[in-house]
Amino acid sequence: MPTHAYVTHAPGYVDNDGPKIVTKRFPLEDSYTFERFEATGGYDGLRSALGRTPAEVHSEVRDATLLGRGGAGFPAGIKWGFLPPGKYPYYLVVNGDESEPGTYKDRLLMERDPHQVIEGCLITCYALGLTQCFLYVRGEMALAQERIATALNDAYAAGYVGRNILGSEFSVDITLSWGAGAYIVGEETALIESLEGNRGMPRLKPPFFPAAIGLYGQPTIVNNIETMANLPWIMNNGSDQYKTYGSETSPGTRLFAVSGHVKRPGVYEVEHGVTTFRDLFYGDNFCQGIREGHELKMFIPGGGSAPWFFPEQLDLPLEARPVGAAGSMLGSGAIVVMDETTDAVKAALRVVRFYARESCGKCTPCREGTTWEERILQRIVDGDGRPSDIDLLLDVADNISPGPYPAAAHADAGLEAIPFPPKQTTICPLGPSSVAPITSTIRRFRHEYEAKITKRDSIPVSAGSMEVES
Amino acid sequence: MTDTEAKTTLSVTINGEVFEANKGELLIDACERAGEYIPRFCYHSRMQPVGMCRMCLVEVDTGRGPALQPSCMLPCSDGMTVNTQTELTHKVQSGVLEFLLINHPLDCPVCDKGGECPLQDQTVSFGPGESRFVEEKRHYEKPIAVNDNVFLDRERCILCDLCTRFADTVAGDKLIHFMDRGNNTQVNTFPDEPFASYFSANTVQICPVGALTAKPYRFKARPWDLEENLSTAWTDSAGARILVQSSRNKVIRLLGVDSDPVNWGWLSDKERFAFEALNSEDRLTAPLARSDGQLAPTGWSTALGQIVSLLADTDPDRVAVIGGARLTNESQYAWTKLAKGIIGTDHVDAQLGDGLDPELVLGLPRATIDEACTPGGTIILCGPDPKEEIGSLYLRLRHAVVHDGAKLIEITPVATGLGPVAAHSLHPRPGEVASVAAALVAATNGETPPPVSGVSAAEIEAAAAAINGPVTIVIGRASLAESADCVSDAALNLSTLPGARFLSALRRGNIHGALDAGMAPGLLPGRTTLEAGASRFDEAWPSVPGARGLDTAGILAAAAEGRIDVLLLLGADPLNDFPGRALASAALEAVPNVVGVDMLLNDSLTTHAGLVLAASGPTESDGTFTNLEGRVSICQQRVTPAGTSRADWMIAAEIARRLGSDLGFDSVESIRAEISSVSAVHASLNEAALADNAVDGVLVGGSGDIAAPESSGTSPAAHDAYSLRLVASRSMYDDGVALRNSPSSRGLARSVAIRLHPFDFDKIGVDRGTVVRVESAVGTLLVPVEPDARIPEGSALLPWAAPGAAVNTLIDASSLVTDVRVERA
Repeated sequence: MPTHAYVTHAPGYVDNDGPKIVTKRFPLEDSYTFERFEATGGYDGLRSALGRTPAEVHSEVRDATLLGRGGAGFPAGIKWGFLPPGKYPYYLVVNGDESEPGTYKDRLLMERDPHQVIEGCLITCYALGLTQCFLYVRGEMALAQERIATALNDAYAAGYVGRNILGSEFSVDITLSWGAGAYIVGEETALIESLEGNRGMPRLKPPFFPAAIGLYGQPTIVNNIETMANLPWIMNNGSDQYKTYGSETSPGTRLFAVSGHVKRPGVYEVEHGVTTFRDLFYGDNFCQGIREGHELKMFIPGGGSAPWFFPEQLDLPLEARPVGAAGSMLGSGAIVVMDETTDAVKAALRVVRFYARESCGKCTPCREGTTWEERILQRIVDGDGRPSDIDLLLDVADNISPGPYPAAAHADAGLEAIPFPPKQTTICPLGPSSVAPITSTIRRFRHEYEAKITKRDSIPVSAGSMEVES
Repeated sequence: MTDTEAKTTLSVTINGEVFEANKGELLIDACERAGEYIPRFCYHSRMQPVGMCRMCLVEVDTGRGPALQPSCMLPCSDGMTVNTQTELTHKVQSGVLEFLLINHPLDCPVCDKGGECPLQDQTVSFGPGESRFVEEKRHYEKPIAVNDNVFLDRERCILCDLCTRFADTVAGDKLIHFMDRGNNTQVNTFPDEPFASYFSANTVQICPVGALTAKPYRFKARPWDLEENLSTAWTDSAGARILVQSSRNKVIRLLGVDSDPVNWGWLSDKERFAFEALNSEDRLTAPLARSDGQLAPTGWSTALGQIVSLLADTDPDRVAVIGGARLTNESQYAWTKLAKGIIGTDHVDAQLGDGLDPELVLGLPRATIDEACTPGGTIILCGPDPKEEIGSLYLRLRHAVVHDGAKLIEITPVATGLGPVAAHSLHPRPGEVASVAAALVAATNGETPPPVSGVSAAEIEAAAAAINGPVTIVIGRASLAESADCVSDAALNLSTLPGARFLSALRRGNIHGALDAGMAPGLLPGRTTLEAGASRFDEAWPSVPGARGLDTAGILAAAAEGRIDVLLLLGADPLNDFPGRALASAALEAVPNVVGVDMLLNDSLTTHAGLVLAASGPTESDGTFTNLEGRVSICQQRVTPAGTSRADWMIAAEIARRLGSDLGFDSVESIRAEISSVSAVHASLNEAALADNAVDGVLVGGSGDIAAPESSGTSPAAHDAYSLRLVASRSMYDDGVALRNSPSSRGLARSVAIRLHPFDFDKIGVDRGTVVRVESAVGTLLVPVEPDARIPEGSALLPWAAPGAAVNTLIDASSLVTDVRVERA
């Protein structure tokens, strides 16, 4: 009989000495169980919320300046305020369809502390006066699904979810939904379509927020798993305490998932805004440096959609605004580190291929453009590139995302940073995301492209000319 | 305009010029009205915009600086500044077109769409000059049949969502959909489920490339070879506006025309492919006369001579005319004048016992389709399934219910195609529709509704509570096994609802034109009766019948008793169309002279006619058509008539001349002039009005001199527990003569089966597919049985005129309802 090591936790989390707001139970072997959760202050945040009025809970969250952790970094308290009064029912949709290349923080939150997520959902529902929450978990995350489903059953059995929670007038149902394997469903309006049973395709904007018209045409708040996981702590400790961590504009901590050529890749809970990329990559508490004998060539600071950074940008703080001004985004907190052994063109191809495969096919520039980009890159990598292909790539990219594309400063070439975000001809940001690796690498490593280009554009006229010289 | 006045328009600056846009108007439409055409593929003015193709991106400034916005998604707002001609806009539009073209096969020289292709046209206007795409294009199996008539070439598809959106949001048949994703996205059907929609070919018309093609037109012509003119569809009474296109003197395609009050550009496939029957090899190209038992071609002079000698020797009271809904308004008037004014018989009926009392249809307050579809109003469907019988009306009603918040209440014996969107569905047992109508009215007055078998008081009260806004009752025959009197009584009961108006759902072609032309016993042209119109028509016509004549049931009964000597069938097939085959058959046997005027031979003519005159078809003669609202629109000649066939009015005029009289006209215009001079309701219907309203037609309103009849007080015999009450209803595709002669429609009739509620299966002791004997008081049929939960318990549904099973053998037109015993055969 084959023996299997029973995986109690998916690997990935790395403990560090910093403050722990959402990962405090992560080091515990049985952190995901109901018993452990209750024994470590679980659902105290909910109790604290129920002791206040919903408006008080809402203003506590607003005061904490809890920035959404899904990628856009929009303050949750402000987003909640967009619900049009009186247009009941409202819905809460919690986005656990984490699929951004390089991101695996929400998976750990669901696997290691599912009750904390559920508690956050309950606090949100209470604050907004809604009674139905949908928790959407990515289809491929089997362990997360199992743990969150078990946790939800336990929470129902213990009276934390359902009718008259903890003897109060407050009742909520939480419904679980599993994704069917589409990256685009991480986009909030595509997720709503998927929840409704439709093909996962983004909706047109306006309305810019589902808070106006969302699930089943009703006002809907869509929040990220990590955003939810912060709420119990804020309820227990207050917004003032929360703001003692991180920077003024980005308080609290954030989870960063670092992968690639560092000595100790993993998910780190990092103080928001005060830690820099250099601290994260080279700090002993964190990744402990680039792998032995190699040096940093480039890194993706915020998931596959983000324009790439280079060693010049290492001292930027991990905070949305400075990173945006420097030409990229923190996005979902996924950092991919690449050392000098990485082929920039192949790396770009790898990311572009992801977007070409994941394009939902709804709008033309993304459906056709991402695949075209992939095929040009593939041709260059295969040694079939032509000199004009570099400009062609940039022009195709420009037709998906017109105008100057966000980029990091490139001191050697005298190029300034172009701030985030890009313009787009598409409905959602997926298409423009495919442009990030192309413009980032061509701007910086054009010589690598040129080195791979072997074919002539066309046969010179003189070579095949039938004209007779006079 | 003062400040206190509500502003009804919005000022939008389009390329520097201020333009007054309407409130709620989309930017793409405002720009087009302002003369700035913005290219588009996925936008269709009759469907919700989806903003998918990204072709219509323009730079819009709403106060936060110019930004690229899809103009099909953006309602105009006051002070909006738009520039459709910036460098960025040009770059983006050309970029989108390049993206659309990289995987498009560019097989324009062999593509049916070439020459009328929005992709081709807009590439020339807005696209890049040449391709930069050197890779291999996307490949799929060349056209796949998504149903019997529509072919899909996925390589040409640009995934604009027009066809899939039409199927889902307009037709309600969500049977084609996007599959796969990204660059592999394709439109397809679900496995083993064809795109079986009555409206499927609309997707062919709106496809912006040659991805969707329909069998009747595939590889038949190039657009620049086509000649076309505006006309009106003739297979049902909606009067959908069409473009008739021909090549080399042969009609090869019909396209829907967007007429705002009628069909919004949509057609049912039956309307769209109906021209095939006119091209049939079996078209009558010369008169036929029976000799030695066989119908054989003869000359017009001989044929007309025979008819005239028959008519001259016959007492007018022994002459009858059945049919006429096939004819144009002008031909109907000519035939009415011939029959009533010259021959002198009032036994004229355009309906075949399958319609309603004309005085009910014309006398009750009438609604237009637009009025029926008023947002927030209530539609009471007390008639046939519009999806099966009047496709264009179905699409309008469905749109009103699904998108405009109208409420639909079905009062029908079985669920209709609108059932899934109905707010309330009441399914009374056949014969008891009037009681349910009365109960509904009582409930709206706050009274407790009396119990009605089949429908609970709670259901009636809930439906009554839902009635809101303007009320329109769609009235017609839901079942031909139920007497028209039941429907009349229901209509009269419902007419007491405050402000109630009626939309006739008589389905047969130009039947409303026929009623307006007086092709019914007791009526004269212009919605008037013999009594009310006698003085006026005494002057205009040689004579006017003295007494009210017989309707079709009466004519057939009289004929069976030997009291009719000459029976003229104007496009009528009593054997198959009259609810009561035994009577129709006996009548045809007994009449010595049956004369047909038709385009194709039908069963009645083949077996009984002594003479058949060849009539020209709807695309072969000019005239006008009156739809179910009373809207008059033009039909135009596109091709020359088949063989020596003649327009019906010419035949009438020729017979009159040979009878020594003169109808007094020599063109359709002269007939129209006479109609507007003798008919008060048509007084303002002149050539100028028709020309000015070529697309929308001219609504001829009012009831004229007709008053609604009195209730006949029907009460059907008690339902015995061993019988099932029969519902016989029409389907879109049946065994009708025109459909039999249309290659595209021929195979679409569903195989016949009697449908029962599954609970009735055990009582009878049958299984799905068992062949059963269906026995009524007058006839027997052997058919298989199928379960169908849409049929109320105690009822049984048989399709009318299904291939191989003539349900009218079971029906006796003189009884209110038809009860049948169903037993194992």
